[in-house]
Amino acid sequence: MLEVLTDFVEELRLGGLPVSPREAIDAAAAIGELPLEDRVGLRAALGATLVKSAEHRAVFGSTFDIYFSGRGTQRIEGKSAVLDEATRRTALRDESASFSDFAMISTQELAALLMSALTSGDEVALGEVARLAVGMYAGIEASRPVGISYYFYRALRGLELDGALAALTDYGQGDRQDELHDITAPLGKLGERLLIEEYERRIEMLRDLIEAEIRRIMVADRGTGALAASLRRTALEDVDFMHATREELSEIRRALFPLARMLAVRLARRRRHRRRGPLDFRATIRGSLSTGGVPVDLRFRTPIPAKPEIIVIADVSGSVAAFARFTLQLVYAIASQFSKVRSFVFVDGIDEVTGIFLHSTSIAEALARVNREADVTHEDGHSDYGHALSVFAERWAKEVTSRTTVIVLGDARNNYHNDRASVLSDIKRRARRVYWLNPEPRAYWGSGDSIMEHYAPYCDGVFECRNLHQLEAFISSLA
Amino acid sequence: MSAGTLHFGSPAEIRSLLEGVGYLADDEIATVVFLADRLGKPVLVEGPAGTGKTELAKAVAAMSGVRLIRLQCYEGLDESKVLYEWNYRKQLLRIQVERSVGTGSALGSVPSNTTWSSIEEDIFSEEFLLERPVLEAIRAEEPIVLLVDEIDRVEVETEALLLEVLSDFQVSIPELGTVKARSIPLVFLTSNDTRQLSEALKRRCLYLHLDYPSLERERAIVVEKVPGIELHLAEEIARVVRSLRGIELEKPPSISETLDWARTLVILGIEHVDSKTTRSTLNLLLKYQADIELAAKELALEDT
Repeated sequence: MLEVLTDFVEELRLGGLPVSPREAIDAAAAIGELPLEDRVGLRAALGATLVKSAEHRAVFGSTFDIYFSGRGTQRIEGKSAVLDEATRRTALRDESASFSDFAMISTQELAALLMSALTSGDEVALGEVARLAVGMYAGIEASRPVGISYYFYRALRGLELDGALAALTDYGQGDRQDELHDITAPLGKLGERLLIEEYERRIEMLRDLIEAEIRRIMVADRGTGALAASLRRTALEDVDFMHATREELSEIRRALFPLARMLAVRLARRRRHRRRGPLDFRATIRGSLSTGGVPVDLRFRTPIPAKPEIIVIADVSGSVAAFARFTLQLVYAIASQFSKVRSFVFVDGIDEVTGIFLHSTSIAEALARVNREADVTHEDGHSDYGHALSVFAERWAKEVTSRTTVIVLGDARNNYHNDRASVLSDIKRRARRVYWLNPEPRAYWGSGDSIMEHYAPYCDGVFECRNLHQLEAFISSLA
Repeated sequence: MSAGTLHFGSPAEIRSLLEGVGYLADDEIATVVFLADRLGKPVLVEGPAGTGKTELAKAVAAMSGVRLIRLQCYEGLDESKVLYEWNYRKQLLRIQVERSVGTGSALGSVPSNTTWSSIEEDIFSEEFLLERPVLEAIRAEEPIVLLVDEIDRVEVETEALLLEVLSDFQVSIPELGTVKARSIPLVFLTSNDTRQLSEALKRRCLYLHLDYPSLERERAIVVEKVPGIELHLAEEIARVVRSLRGIELEKPPSISETLDWARTLVILGIEHVDSKTTRSTLNLLLKYQADIELAAKELALEDT
């Protein structure tokens, strides 16, 4: 067990989780306190001792499955009415057939079993469907160098899950009787929605079970270490914004809100802590009564903390398309945390989008409206930082005060236009702070049409910001 | 390993004990509480607001019949509010009394050396010590549960102080000497994730992420906490709430809001939560107008 544990910890470290030796020792101690066969307990024990942040749970989960799912029995044990019924039906056809032998059942029978498993939501039956589907459709070949997803999609294609969902929701219109319908039927339209959601969740569960089944077979085939290496995921905070997959982007988006809140707290706290107000004479004298007239406690007036004002100026041009999406999400997150945020987007023209963020109920709506309504092109639709900044200075410079923090988000690739860096220096003179977040690796700054170094002298800080880690570092550096 | 201070036999036992005091735990929660007691480590509980983080500590204290000492964190919390401080008003009065008794007049004389050291010994004694929650927890005679609520609100310095105390379970007071814990208290730290806690603190703790409960658990919570609710209504409520949490809301409904909603529906004598009733009572679940509008749109709820 200890050997497996050290391998497991090593794999977590390779996946980007900072596991200290002390935590590994704790994990070993924790396992020692629990019965060996308790899988749920094992997962909880390892999770509690090795994973100390919500963002790391995804990496932990998939690594855990690889290392510990293959051990012991994989099949979910338990009685299942659905399964018994199916076994009985098959048995009628052929006395000798055992249902658990997938070679003996037909495609139609599996489809029927799938439908009854989904309508009942029976986990044991779903597990059986997953096992059969992998056996029949995935066609796993020993030591063929393909990933899990290859087999996964083959199994899914065989099962035709999309069709299954459509068929299930069609059922809903009819007068089918089962537990789920009994619950949702009296609720009218809301019930229909709940019904579909429940089916989607069950299908999701089935997909997970299929993936787990394939993983189990592959671990047996290739060995744990090799498989873990081929499936290694990057920890969320190190995922590059520019190359993130869609799922990663949505995870990143969820992680953004706490960061924006952190930023809000940081900026507000600085203000509150900087100064004490003037001496409050009256309160001091009154307080001194309990010490016989000796003013032991000096009382001060607390200064009313000025609300931090933020102006965000974001490049949304094509060259930073992937980053721009993230940028807008960050702006949205910031805007939801601060009361005084003004947001601007630009390509070669610049437009204010504060109102759009304020009146949109969701981030998707906000993004769609920014793309549709903001007037950001001036000439050719290639970024022109010089022009955008000078228009900003012309129209909105008055809004920049000594309480304003200006954050510019962009790669400073100016397409060889005039940089007009003096405009930025004007802005800096008015503002409290000017920060620049650049999504490009620092090594590329200044290469080609990147003119980061022209602007850098006029910023209080220029930060490489390609992943959550760096964004967090930027926020931490504010305090 | 020694058996823990509170002597639980197994996670399953903790689970049923917690159920006895009205807290429905899942296996993960029970296992972490079990390990915390066995290994003598603090538990760091993180998760969205309203998922029962504080409740967990209270329930653990209640089920083991021990005292709960609570330290509510806030910005600006410092050593004198965490550990101890000297009651200097009382000390000052004590000195003044000494003066008037010793010399016969209240003012104008300097006490001699001998009196000074006796006064000093006197005013830095237990009597003048104001005990704050963490010191109280360490000096407790019997096993206790210490809850440090919302630790993410304190500054880094205070966090470091807590870290030091929680790793050794001893405090040294220069005038009195070192106070060492008789039994290691079961410590719960909760955090709403408004800032990253230090790595050192996280390393020292067991980590428990409390998310919104599963459908089954939430239904069970509703049945447990709302007297007289029909089973099918609880089921419907749990489903609608889960559906709402699936939408990207500013503030998704917490467990306590689910319970408020359930209670209201019971009082109103409502049998089923159809679109109309949900729409008209949505303000119990969601606290932002924007959220209410979004939810009504997403779930296609009918206006009343």
